[in-house]
Amino acid sequence: MLNPHSKLNPKLFNPDVEQVPIRKGFGEGLVKAGEVDANVVALCADLTESTQMHLFKEKFPERFVEIGVAEQNLVTVASGMAAMGKIPFVSSYAMFSPGRNWEQIRTTIAYNDRPVKIVGSHAGVSVGPDGGTHQAIEDMAIMRVMPNMMVISPCDAIEARKATLALAKLAKPAYLRLAREKTPVMTTEETPFEIGKGQTVYIPDTGLAQVGIIATGALVYKAIIAAKELEKEEGIKVAVVNISTIKPIDAELIEAIARETRAIVTVEEHQIAGGLGSAVAEVLVQKYPVPIEFVGVKDKFGQSGTPEELIEYYGMGVKSIKAAVEKALRRK
Amino acid sequence: MLTDTKIKNLETVANNIRESIIEMLVEAGSGHTAGPLGMADIFTILFFDVLKHDPQIPDWPERDRLVLSNGHICPVYYATMAHAGYFPLEELQTLRKFGSRLQGHPHREFMPWLETSSGPLGAGLSQAVGMAIADRMDGGNGVDRFVYCLMSDGELDEGNSWEAIMLAAKEKIHNLIAIVDRNNIQIDGYTEDIMPLDDLAEKWRAFNWHVIEVDGHDFRALSQAFNQAKAIFEKPTVIIAHTIPGKGVKEFERDFHWHGKPPSLDEAKMALHELRTLGGKIQSEHQ
Repeated sequence: MLNPHSKLNPKLFNPDVEQVPIRKGFGEGLVKAGEVDANVVALCADLTESTQMHLFKEKFPERFVEIGVAEQNLVTVASGMAAMGKIPFVSSYAMFSPGRNWEQIRTTIAYNDRPVKIVGSHAGVSVGPDGGTHQAIEDMAIMRVMPNMMVISPCDAIEARKATLALAKLAKPAYLRLAREKTPVMTTEETPFEIGKGQTVYIPDTGLAQVGIIATGALVYKAIIAAKELEKEEGIKVAVVNISTIKPIDAELIEAIARETRAIVTVEEHQIAGGLGSAVAEVLVQKYPVPIEFVGVKDKFGQSGTPEELIEYYGMGVKSIKAAVEKALRRK
Repeated sequence: MLTDTKIKNLETVANNIRESIIEMLVEAGSGHTAGPLGMADIFTILFFDVLKHDPQIPDWPERDRLVLSNGHICPVYYATMAHAGYFPLEELQTLRKFGSRLQGHPHREFMPWLETSSGPLGAGLSQAVGMAIADRMDGGNGVDRFVYCLMSDGELDEGNSWEAIMLAAKEKIHNLIAIVDRNNIQIDGYTEDIMPLDDLAEKWRAFNWHVIEVDGHDFRALSQAFNQAKAIFEKPTVIIAHTIPGKGVKEFERDFHWHGKPPSLDEAKMALHELRTLGGKIQSEHQ
C-alpha cells in the first residue's frame, strides 16, 4: 500500500491518473523562486519553451538572458552572474547541458563553488522519437562525480517544483534532471520534500518487506506499480523508496531498507554504470552488503520510438522491474 | 595623461614584477615564462593605474572586476598582486607548492581575492560577460564599474571565446573591456602556423566590437587605450595588445619554446642580471 506518511496522490492507481510533464513543475517553480528572490535569474540556450523557462521569461523579462545555441557560454556566463550575487538557473536539454559543457561546469561553477543551477531537460530515453543523440542517459553519472555538485532527479511535476524552490534557496551548485514526457502525478502538496532525503513511498500491507526497490525519476511510478502487482499476484512483499536527491544520497534510508529486506533493486532511466544504482551500491558495500539488481540501460545508446516502447526495449518497464525483484529475492 | 614620473614608476614596478616572476619560476621548477614576462607591463598599468581596487579591502564591493582567462600566466598575476600589497612578497616563493595559496593555475578557493579560477582556456570572457550583464541588471548599484578580461591570442582557437564575443556584442555591454595578449605564440608554435588568427582586429570588428590595437609595452599608449575603451558606450571594447613573449630577457623573447617551461638556475641568473641592469637604466634614464 502507499505509505501513509508520504501523503501520495490517492488516485495513483487509477488508470486515468493525472499526467503532467516533470519539466512543467520546474517552469512553475522557477517563477515562484523569482517572486521570492529578486536575485534569481534565468538563462537559456534557444530552448526556452521546451524547458518551460518561457514562464519566467514572460514574468521577468529583465532577468532573463537568451544565450543562443551555445551551451558552453550558457554555463560560463551564469558563473559570472553568480560571482556578482545572482542565483542563475540555466536550462537546455540534458544531452547538451551538462552533456556538452561538462568542463566549463566543473571549472567555472563547481571548482568556484558558484550557486548556478544546471537544469537538464529531456533526460532519459523517454524523449522518444528524437532518437539516441538526444537521449541523455549518462548525465547523472557525469554530474555525480563532480565535487561541490548536488544532483536532483524529481519523480513528478510537483516534486520538480519543490526541488526548484529549494535549490533557489541553497547557495550551492546543483544539477536538476528533468524529463520531457507526461508523468503520472504521484506526490501531493503535502508530500514531504527535503534535499538529501529519500521517501519510502510504498510498503507491504502487513509485515516486513522482502525486497526494497530504490528508484528515481519518472520510473518511481513503474516501481510502485510493480510492487503492487508482485504483492497481489505472487505474495512478494516489496517496499519502494523514492530517491530524488542522487547526491548527497540518503545513505541512512538506503541502509535501513537494506537491513529490513536484505535484497535491493535499483530503478533509473539512465545507464546502470555511474547513476543511482552505483550510488546505492557504493553505500551498501560499505554499510551493509546485500544482493543488488540494477534496472536501467545496460551500456547501450538509445534510438527512436515511443517512450513506452523504449522503456520496455531497454528493460526498464514494470515487467523488467518485477523480474529484477524476483531475481534479487532468489539471491538472498 | 601619464606624467613622466608616473611612467618611470610603472616601468620600475614592471621590472620588479619581472624579477619576481623569474625568482618564482626557478623556485617552482615548473610553469610558464613567456606569457607572464610579456604581460608584466599590462598587469602593472592595470593594478597601479587603471583598476578601481583596494588591496587593503580585497572584497570591496565597488571594485572593478578583473578576470584572467588564460590562467597559465598567473605568475604575473600573483607577482603583481604581491607588489600591489595584497600579500607579502615572500609568499611568491610558494608558487605551485603543496598547501600554497598560489596554485599552479588560479583557484579562488585557495586565494579568494581572485574573481574566478582559470586554466582551461576560452571560458574567461563568458564569465566577464556574465558579470557585466549582472551588474547592468542591478543598474550598476549606482557604481561606475568596469569588468576587465585578460585573454590570450591562442585561446581564441576555442569556440567558447567566440560564443562570448557574440553575446557581448548582442547585449551591447559597454562596461566590459577585453584585453587580448597578442604575442603570436602558443605551445606548439607560432599562432599563424598552428591556427591563423589574422586579421584579428577585423574579426572582432565583424563581431561588432570596438577594437583598439596598441603596443602592449608602451604605458602611454596603454593608458590612452584604456581611457578610450571606457569612453565607448554603444559596444564592448577589445584592446588587442601586441606584446613580446618573454619581454625583458633578450634570450627568451619571441621564442615559443618559452611558452610552457621555467628557466633553469643558470638561465634565471642570466635573466635576473639582465633585468637588474635594465632596472638601473630605468632609474638613470629618467633622472
